[in-house]
Formats: sequence, C-alpha cells, structure tokens
Amino acid sequence: MARSVFASGVFSSTANIWRNLPGKAKVGVFLFGFFVLAAIIGPMVEPYDPGFQNTAANASMAHPSAQHLFGTSQLGQDVLSQVLTGIRLTLELALLVGVIVTVISVLVGVTAAFLGGIWDDVLSLLTNVFLVIPALPVLIVLLGYLPQQGQTPTILVLSLLGWPWGARVIRAQTLTIRNRDFVAASRESGEKTWRIIIFDIIPNEISLIAASFVNTVLYAIGASVALAFIGLTDVNSWSLGTVLYWVQQDDAVQSNAWWWFIPPGLAVALMGVSLVLLNSGIDEIGNPRLRASRASAKIAGHRIWPTDSTPVYAQLAAERGRLGSFLHSFSRSSLLDETPAGGELR
Amino acid sequence: MSPILEISDLSVVYRTPGGDVRAVEQVNLTLNAGEVVGLCGESGSGKSTLAYGATRLLRPPAVVTNGSVRYTGRRITQGGDPVDLLTMNPRELRAMRWREIAIVFQSAMNALNPVLRVQDQLLDAVQAHLKLPRHEAKDKVATLLDLVGIPRGRLRSYPHELSGGMRQRVMIAMALAADPEVVIMDEPTTALDVVVQRDILSQIVELKETLDFAIMFITHDLSLLLELADRIAVMYAGRLLETGSSREIMRTPAHPYTMGLLNSFPSLHGARRELAGIPGTPPDLRSPMSGCPFAPRCAHVRAACSEVDMSLAPVSGPATALPVGLESHLTACPFVTPQASQEGHVSQEGVLS
Repeated sequence: MARSVFASGVFSSTANIWRNLPGKAKVGVFLFGFFVLAAIIGPMVEPYDPGFQNTAANASMAHPSAQHLFGTSQLGQDVLSQVLTGIRLTLELALLVGVIVTVISVLVGVTAAFLGGIWDDVLSLLTNVFLVIPALPVLIVLLGYLPQQGQTPTILVLSLLGWPWGARVIRAQTLTIRNRDFVAASRESGEKTWRIIIFDIIPNEISLIAASFVNTVLYAIGASVALAFIGLTDVNSWSLGTVLYWVQQDDAVQSNAWWWFIPPGLAVALMGVSLVLLNSGIDEIGNPRLRASRASAKIAGHRIWPTDSTPVYAQLAAERGRLGSFLHSFSRSSLLDETPAGGELR
Repeated sequence: MSPILEISDLSVVYRTPGGDVRAVEQVNLTLNAGEVVGLCGESGSGKSTLAYGATRLLRPPAVVTNGSVRYTGRRITQGGDPVDLLTMNPRELRAMRWREIAIVFQSAMNALNPVLRVQDQLLDAVQAHLKLPRHEAKDKVATLLDLVGIPRGRLRSYPHELSGGMRQRVMIAMALAADPEVVIMDEPTTALDVVVQRDILSQIVELKETLDFAIMFITHDLSLLLELADRIAVMYAGRLLETGSSREIMRTPAHPYTMGLLNSFPSLHGARRELAGIPGTPPDLRSPMSGCPFAPRCAHVRAACSEVDMSLAPVSGPATALPVGLESHLTACPFVTPQASQEGHVSQEGVLS
C-alpha cells in the first residue's frame, strides 16, 4: 500500500514534478536555462569587447564570417559579443527587478490582508495609487531627469513602479487563506503572527508568488529593452536594448544588416517566450485541476481527450495507425458536428 | 418485460502508469423496460465505472476492453435489431445520449453551473437535444420543474439559492428533459438527509410510473435499494457477485458479501442484534486476481475460492422453478448456499406505497 502511495506521486519528488510538467513548460525551462547559461558564461567566452571597434577595412557592417560570427555593426563592433553581454545585463537587471518587486509585493500584500484594519486601508490605498500611475511615461520622465543613467537607476525605477499588481493579487489570495480553518486553528493555539504568515500563509501562495515573479521578470525585460531602445539608459553599456538602440540609430534595417538586428531581437523575444512557457508550468503545478481537465491518455497509439467518448480497445486497435490518429487529431472539431435534426440515428 | 439495455461481458480498465486498473471485469447485466435495477457496492467497487463505461462517458485513461452494450429503444430500433453502444461513432453516441439514455449525476452541487440560472441550464439541455423553438422550449422547462415538484418561480433562481433536495430535483428534471427511455442515477440521494431522500425516491418512482422509463440506480446503500429496486446487482472489486430480485436478495442472500452487507445495517423491528460489518478492505485492482476477489475478507473462505469461476450461476435452492436461462437469482459463489435471513430487514411495502 505504501509503495502505491509513493508511486502515485502523492509525495512528489523533484523528478515527479518534472515528469508531470506539461511539455511547453519543459521547453520553457530549457529555453530559459539556455539564456541563463549564456548570461553566465557568455561574457567570459565572447571573442571581443562589445565596445571594441574593428577599424580594419571592410569591418564595418560586415556579413557574418569566421572572424565575426554574427557580423559587425557600423562601427565594426562584434555583434555576437554585444548580444552575449546584452543577455547578461538584461537578464541581471530583470532578475533583480523580479526579486525586489516580489519581495515588496509579498510584504505589502500579505501585511495588508493579514493585519487588516488601518494597515489594509493604508497599504491598499498606496497600492491603488501606484496601480493607476501610467508606468511607461513616468519611467521615461524619471529616467530622463535622473542625474545618472545606467543599470541601477533603471532597476530602482522599474521596481518602484512594478510591485502593485503582485501586491494586489497576493493580498486577495491572502484574504481567502486567512479565513480558513487551519489559520484560525493556528491563531487560537497562540502562534505568533509572523509564524502564521511564514508557515501557514506563504507556503499556500508559493505558486502565485512564483508566477508573479516570472511575470515581473518578463515585464522588466520588456520595459528595460524599451527604455534603452529609446535611449533613456546609458547608451554605452551593452544591454540588449542598447544594441537595438544603435541598430535604430545607424539604420541597420534600411541597410539590410539583418545579422545586426535579428540576434538581439530574437534573444529578447525568446527570453519572453521562455518566461511565458515557464509561467504556464508553474500554473499547472500550483493548480492541479488545470492538469486534470487537460489530461489526455495515449491508448493503442491513439490520443484520447477528456471530451472524447470512452474508447473501445478493439476498435482503436483496428482503426488507424499512429500517423493516422495523429492526422485525425487535427480534425477533432469535426466530431463536434451538430446532431441531425430530430435526434435520429443513422 | 423486454430487455432495453443489455450489458454483456463488459470490461473497463484504467491505464495508469502503475499498471492497468481493472475497474470492471466481465460484467453481465440486463435492464428491462420500465424496471428499476439497483447497482450496489462499496466505494471503488466499479459501479459508476460500469454505468459510465457502458454509456462511454469515462475520461481517459479509461478504455473499454471487452463486451457489448445492446440498446433496444423504441425510437431508434423500431422493431429492428438492437444497437451496440460500443460500436457507435461519436455522432451516433451524441444523438443517443439524453434522448435515449440520460444520467443524473452524482453531486448536484458540482453538476449544476453555479453562475447560470436553473432555467438557462434546463433550456440548454432541451434546446440541444430536442430542437424546439424557444418559447416551446421554455414551456417544456416549466413543465419539467412541475414534474419534479419545484414551483415555477424557481426558474430564475441560481443553484446556490436552492436547497440540496431542490438541486437534486433539478438534476432529475434535467435528465428527463428529452424523455429518455433509460435513466442512470448515480447516487442521486447520497448527500441528502433521509427525509428528503425518501421524498425524492418516491418522486422518482412516481415519475417512472408516469413517464415509463427504466432506471439503473447506483448507490452504496443496500437498504435503500431493497425498497426501491425491482432487481439488485451487488458489485465488488469490479465484478458482479450476485443479482436477484430485491425480495430474493433480502430474504435469501446467496453470496457471503451480500450477507455481510445485509448484516451491516440494523433492522427496523425484530430483536436487537450485534451489527456484524465486513472486516478488511477491498483488494488493489491493479494486480490480476484469480478466483473470488472477496475471498480474503470472507467468513466462508475455503481453498477452492482461489480458482473459482466468477461467472454468475443460478442459485441452487427451492426457488428455481423458472426454466434454465431465465432464473433471476444468480450468484458467483458456488459454495455457500443461501440461508433465509432471520427476518426481512426493511419491510418492502412500507415506504413507497
């Protein structure tokens, strides 16, 4: 009996979580892992300094070659090195913003909901005020006025404007959890408030917090690239946004220098995709019902969905082969045809 | 009495990573027109899987591995051959459901959509399966509520505004929307208190009389079936252990498991006695079993039990006046002879007259 409990994954180990992860989340993990790796070892292995200008003849806007794998920019800078450094800086910034924002939103959200009363009023008001501030214009104005431009002010400003969404979501979730019986039991048995929050409330919100973290990282990548693209950060530090800024400044698109704008653009897009995919995975870990409603099974080479009628084994085996059932799966909507009028069979 | 739904040799397995769970194994069960057949067994015995497998409503990883389910309805066969539900394509099945075979699902709480009014949910069913114009469909919905004794004023209520009993009535009304010939009821009264339960049961019987449909009634409550059902099938670990009329099951239970069930609830009158219950737990359905699955818990267990043939055979005894093949009282246990129980536990006539 005990064996079957373990086998059925009630106590899921890491391996079990991985196995139960939907395919797209696995793709997300690999993709994001690739970018993290690129960010860690990229700057160590990059062939040139991203700012180094190759002044040799034909080195300006050169096609990809053995010397410059991704080609060069107008100033003869190596695009590969710029992209690798860009991934490092952008990811660094985004993860830092993610951590700061998540900490703030958990603090504000949980405190507001759990303590209630005046705390809730004040913190909710604050959250709502920050929520209605239109983020991008304020970012532009703030960064335009700040004396020093670069990573740190961008991180601070993005964090300052990024937390209210998470705080609201976490406040709402905390409100539902704080009224559950197990919290009441903890309170009645004299547990301290911080202990209830850390051991009863937060663990129940882990998937929510993780999802909010991933979302924030996504937001930070988008916002920082956008800000750098319009030139509001230090244009000499090589984030992906800055690379794209110079792409724009030096008319790379007009001169068909695809090797210059496609790699950084693709890097930004794929980072975003990987985070979206990751988020869907976190969603399904935190909400098993999502998984169950989508669970299909493969029986005799046929993919059976919950909306299909229960298959009969003998027919499955007789009908189509693997390829046939694969092709048929595209016409599944045809099974949802209207019933003939009058409900007559045949 | 003509058979309307004949389940023969039906087997259903769930394909799980830990191996196939044989939830229903070689089950034969016949439902006659206008009859109430009770399907009884403890949790996990496969009674719901049997009913949903026969109507092909199970979700993956369930798969029907064997058998046939022949349906002989007035509307579709019209004197012709019965149709086999297991060879139907999805389109035919869809035409079949609700019009021919309807289901009252287990918990009215979860089966009703909490954000739609009762009226809209009933309308959905009526319009999807009857193709009536809207005003006629509305009339139909109102008469459906009349049928189950809910005032028409409740049409615009949301499910949470109804009591548990009313919700269950709405579910029954919904199942009857397309005037089906077979209604499968999956524990329709389990979450209700006994008073409401009785109310609903007598209503079901009344509806059955007026609308003339057959009922397959699934429950774990044998005492309830003894009152309600014409015939009772006792299920255990995916197999049928005994079938018979309620009178036979009550007076002369032939399988030790049935005897155990009958001894697990008190009788209304008669001498006080110790309730026996059945020790142990049901077996793991993943490992293939030979012989009788009930043997480990059986008081009458003997060596031959491990290789006994589990097909149902007529009960030997005085009550086999019927010709071979038509005996109604069948048991899977060849060793134990039925014993008249000391006394009927529940008076059969008492409640529903």
